[in-house]
Amino acid sequence: MMRLRIYYPVLAAAALVVVLHVALAASGKTYYMTQITMSAYYALVVIGLCLLMGYAGQISLGHAGFFAIGGYTIAVLTTYDLGNWRETPAIGLLRSLGLLMQWQDMYGRDILSFSPWLAFAAAMLLAALIALVIGLPVIRLKGHYLAMATLGFGLIIYRIVLGARLLGQADGISNVPAFGLVGGLQVNGRAPFRVQNYYIAWFAVLAAMVLSLNLIHSRVGRALRSIHQSEEAAHSLGIDTYRYKLATFILSALFAAVGGALLTHYNGSIGPSEATVMKSVRYVAIVAVGGMANLWGAMLMGVLLNFLSLRGVFGSFDDAVFGAILIGVMILAPQGLLQVPRWRTVTALLPRRKRA
Amino acid sequence: MDFALFVQYALSGITVGSVYAIVAIGFNIIYCTTGIINFAQGEFLIVGAMTAISLAQVAPLPVAILGAVLITTALGAVVELVFIRQVRNASVLRLIIITIGLSIVMREVMLHIWDEQVRSLPYFTGTEVSTVTILGAHISPQVLWVLGVSAVIVAALTLFFRCTTTGRAMRACADDRMAACLCGVNDRWMVTLSFMLSAGIGALAGCVVSPITQTQYDMGAPLAIKGFTVAILGGMGNSMAAVAAGLFLGLLEAFVVSVLPSSYKEVAAIVVLLLILVFRPSGLFARRDVSALRAA
Repeated sequence: MMRLRIYYPVLAAAALVVVLHVALAASGKTYYMTQITMSAYYALVVIGLCLLMGYAGQISLGHAGFFAIGGYTIAVLTTYDLGNWRETPAIGLLRSLGLLMQWQDMYGRDILSFSPWLAFAAAMLLAALIALVIGLPVIRLKGHYLAMATLGFGLIIYRIVLGARLLGQADGISNVPAFGLVGGLQVNGRAPFRVQNYYIAWFAVLAAMVLSLNLIHSRVGRALRSIHQSEEAAHSLGIDTYRYKLATFILSALFAAVGGALLTHYNGSIGPSEATVMKSVRYVAIVAVGGMANLWGAMLMGVLLNFLSLRGVFGSFDDAVFGAILIGVMILAPQGLLQVPRWRTVTALLPRRKRA
Repeated sequence: MDFALFVQYALSGITVGSVYAIVAIGFNIIYCTTGIINFAQGEFLIVGAMTAISLAQVAPLPVAILGAVLITTALGAVVELVFIRQVRNASVLRLIIITIGLSIVMREVMLHIWDEQVRSLPYFTGTEVSTVTILGAHISPQVLWVLGVSAVIVAALTLFFRCTTTGRAMRACADDRMAACLCGVNDRWMVTLSFMLSAGIGALAGCVVSPITQTQYDMGAPLAIKGFTVAILGGMGNSMAAVAAGLFLGLLEAFVVSVLPSSYKEVAAIVVLLLILVFRPSGLFARRDVSALRAA
């Protein structure tokens, strides 16, 4: 019975999502839903990073890289035209297995490409594999070294994205088809699909939340928190700290890749701006504002700040705002903005009454 | 590759490398007194160069550079007093995030002051077409300026740390802060001083290299990455080794360009960084046993 209590906020959040929909519809601002949907996909990255930073205590300045790996894998596989190899037996086999998709792009050209499901699976596999290969050596590092190594990884991905012809260089890849899910639902950014995509995105976010909540309230979660508190102590209790950290790294990379893949389908395109270091820093900033070890805070701030940023509220100060947030939160409120101040710190601030 | 071309590549590598070395020394100075890696180190170079470019329009070049160095030094002090001093005893994660935030804010402020335009200081002697011939290679006299100024910075720092009371006090702080405090060293002032020093030499390096590489508001981050690579290669806190490591990385980059497309030049440096982090995080020149003791 106790365990169910951690899921009550999920139900509350689901109810709020519906309320928000009703409110937007009532005020005639349904177009906000497009940005909310996009923000929700960014929030997936933030939730994953929150697991890594807040619970396992490891920083990553390369999560935009994993986001880009997810997005670009999808984009390449679903837009690469296999028409020239139509007659080869391998393509025939894939086709009979239903792994290919015949569709028309916006110019009316016929394209035979891999199906989004196959592309999605490939994207997840690739992201996990790269996270494993990078994580194996890198996750042994600590503090500054880990930060610089993940930053270096992010920069390499950015350079590759910018330099590789297959990935469209500075233009990125556009024309990514919609992702047909089950029962006529599809991840599609066009206006008629706005409402269903709003719910698809929130479903993905809340599913990620359930998964993460489950994780942190399990044996694994307790192990992670003990690593965060004191790695040596955790180690001496027989916790395989390295394996837990690595597994969390891969999991959070997967969350980022899911966000990248779905958003790429939703936007119909992806460009190198998604892979910049600034994006990675932005995710870190959001986790910090949310309060590091606070999944709900991270999720909420992930949606809110990305929404404000996408609406252009911060104008040309967009990056500066996130930089300032980082500094301000880390100096003034390292527990995040949502943390209720502990009673003792409040009383400590109040002037002491002198004893008579 | 004929000999003259080889010399050409080598000299360009040494030029860039000596700038990396200066950035790495900037990292080292702050790291030694505080244990912080200042992610905003690259921004100090750009702030210095940009300020000098603006000042050069109203003042003669040497005055402009001197002014820029002084302003950036003051900026270093402000950064330490306003941000770093507030968070004593903070976790490494927190300090990293603060300096990352600082680098972003500095970059964005520069964007709003100096826009996106690529600017550069005038050549110190001659123009962009004047050359000096060394061993059959034609190089700009500015290259000699970069090498000369870097050498002077390294020599001056060495003298400062060895022969002055303040320099010795800073080294004492780096070695054992508590013991230094007990000897009457004001450790807080030493931290401020280390930020000022590393901002100042950063600004000077930014100025001398500006005519060659030119300056744009967002060039700080790649410089910081490379400077950090060099600092790690040499072993954190070891400034002399940083010079050697800087020249090594500069040469590597220069010759990589002759093989790979130049857009992958940065990748080469980062691959070196990842390799060194994985295999020899205590640096190329450190002795294993010593670093093991330090890590403990």
